[in-house]
Amino acid sequence: MTSPPAQYQLHPAALDIDGVYKYYGSFPALRDIRLKITAGSTVALLGRNGAGKTTLLKIIAGLSKPSEGSVRIGGHEVREQATRAKIGVLGHGISVYDELSALENLIIFAKLYGLPDPEKSALAWLERTGLDRVRDGLVREFSRGMRQRLAVARAFLHEPELLLMDEPFTALDDRAIAVLQELLADAHATGRTIVMSTHQLREALELATDVVLIQRGQIAHAGPRMQEMVDDTGWLYRTYGEN
Amino acid sequence: MSPFLRATLTIAAKDLRSEFRTKEAFNASLSFSVVILVLFSFAFDPTSEQMQAISGGLLWLVFSFASALSLNRSFARELQNDCLDALVSAPIPVAAIFLGKALANYFLLILVEITALAVFALFYDTHFAAQLWPILLVIALGTWGMTVIGTTFSALTVNLRMREVMLPTLVYPMLVPALMAAMTLTTDLMNGIPLGGDNLLWLRVLTGFDFIYTLLAMVFIDIVVVG
Repeated sequence: MTSPPAQYQLHPAALDIDGVYKYYGSFPALRDIRLKITAGSTVALLGRNGAGKTTLLKIIAGLSKPSEGSVRIGGHEVREQATRAKIGVLGHGISVYDELSALENLIIFAKLYGLPDPEKSALAWLERTGLDRVRDGLVREFSRGMRQRLAVARAFLHEPELLLMDEPFTALDDRAIAVLQELLADAHATGRTIVMSTHQLREALELATDVVLIQRGQIAHAGPRMQEMVDDTGWLYRTYGEN
Repeated sequence: MSPFLRATLTIAAKDLRSEFRTKEAFNASLSFSVVILVLFSFAFDPTSEQMQAISGGLLWLVFSFASALSLNRSFARELQNDCLDALVSAPIPVAAIFLGKALANYFLLILVEITALAVFALFYDTHFAAQLWPILLVIALGTWGMTVIGTTFSALTVNLRMREVMLPTLVYPMLVPALMAAMTLTTDLMNGIPLGGDNLLWLRVLTGFDFIYTLLAMVFIDIVVVG
């Protein structure tokens, strides 16, 4: 007698979103979001303004609690400290302090992430993002592109396993786009999981392994990136979108 | 050093460094305190018995109004560039963020209050040198109470457009027991009545207030900030 094949998972999904709803008052911003994202994937989270991409990313990052459902990262609750140590978040804002220097900003976050040598890590990332020459300059005196690169350095500083990025290419200058693309390519090559919401389909689809389309708070399509999406950026919306 | 303490001190040092670069909240609180104390010295006869009777009340009203100016900025400064999101997503307890901010606020308020106390001594005919240490103890306890409540409500009102109005509206009613205790003790001490006997009860009220509200804030701050 043979036993039926066991259904088990050797490793939990890098990101497991199970039945997530989010209501603002009675308005459902997210409805029954279910996704399992495997480690090493680069997921492009697409959708029009107000579709729910930012809300979903905030819930994944533990910055907002779902009204219903759960989010688990590597099998653990997102608000556990050990889980948060594995997440790097690059949101709409640059999340660095204007009145502190670039070096001071990165040292603070290196300390908060418990890195063994905060100054060394901060200096290494300043060099990697091309900000080492202005390391003691106050952020408020930086150009927009420099501020964005510092924000990228802050998000990557602790070498997170899961990178959550909300419109990462928006308002970046050419140099910052190049830095970010290089870092994302490195992150993907080293097996890190990336989830990014974006309107810049071309940049996102060049990097993505998977695509999730959200419409009115629901998943309209989730699957691997296809060549049609890259060749014709309108194809996805025409095929899976509402109009 | 424990990770909690390290995170707390990192947040406190960050807030103090930011504040001393801009001096926005510090200058506002300090100038408000000094101006009010000087104006009151012109409005009332500083040597009168009536003035002696309300000295503690005047001092603590100045301290509490000055604290609102400073505490309003505590979590509001994290809104710039969405820094609060970066702090909340860091692998540290939200209680460490709260405590770090409270310590920075406490340090700033104590600096303002010590300066205000010196101005008070200069413009008002008070002889509190003999009771200086007990007065400093009352200031230390009363200021911690104001700081804990103020920092908690600063977190609660951070996303409100009317937070400058909402913070004092919410904070002052909560502070009534601590302010009553601090005012009574300060007035007694300013008038040469040492700690002991009846006023020890007020000291217990002040200490208990600090302990209870610090504990409550540490337990519930995660809900306040993350939801």
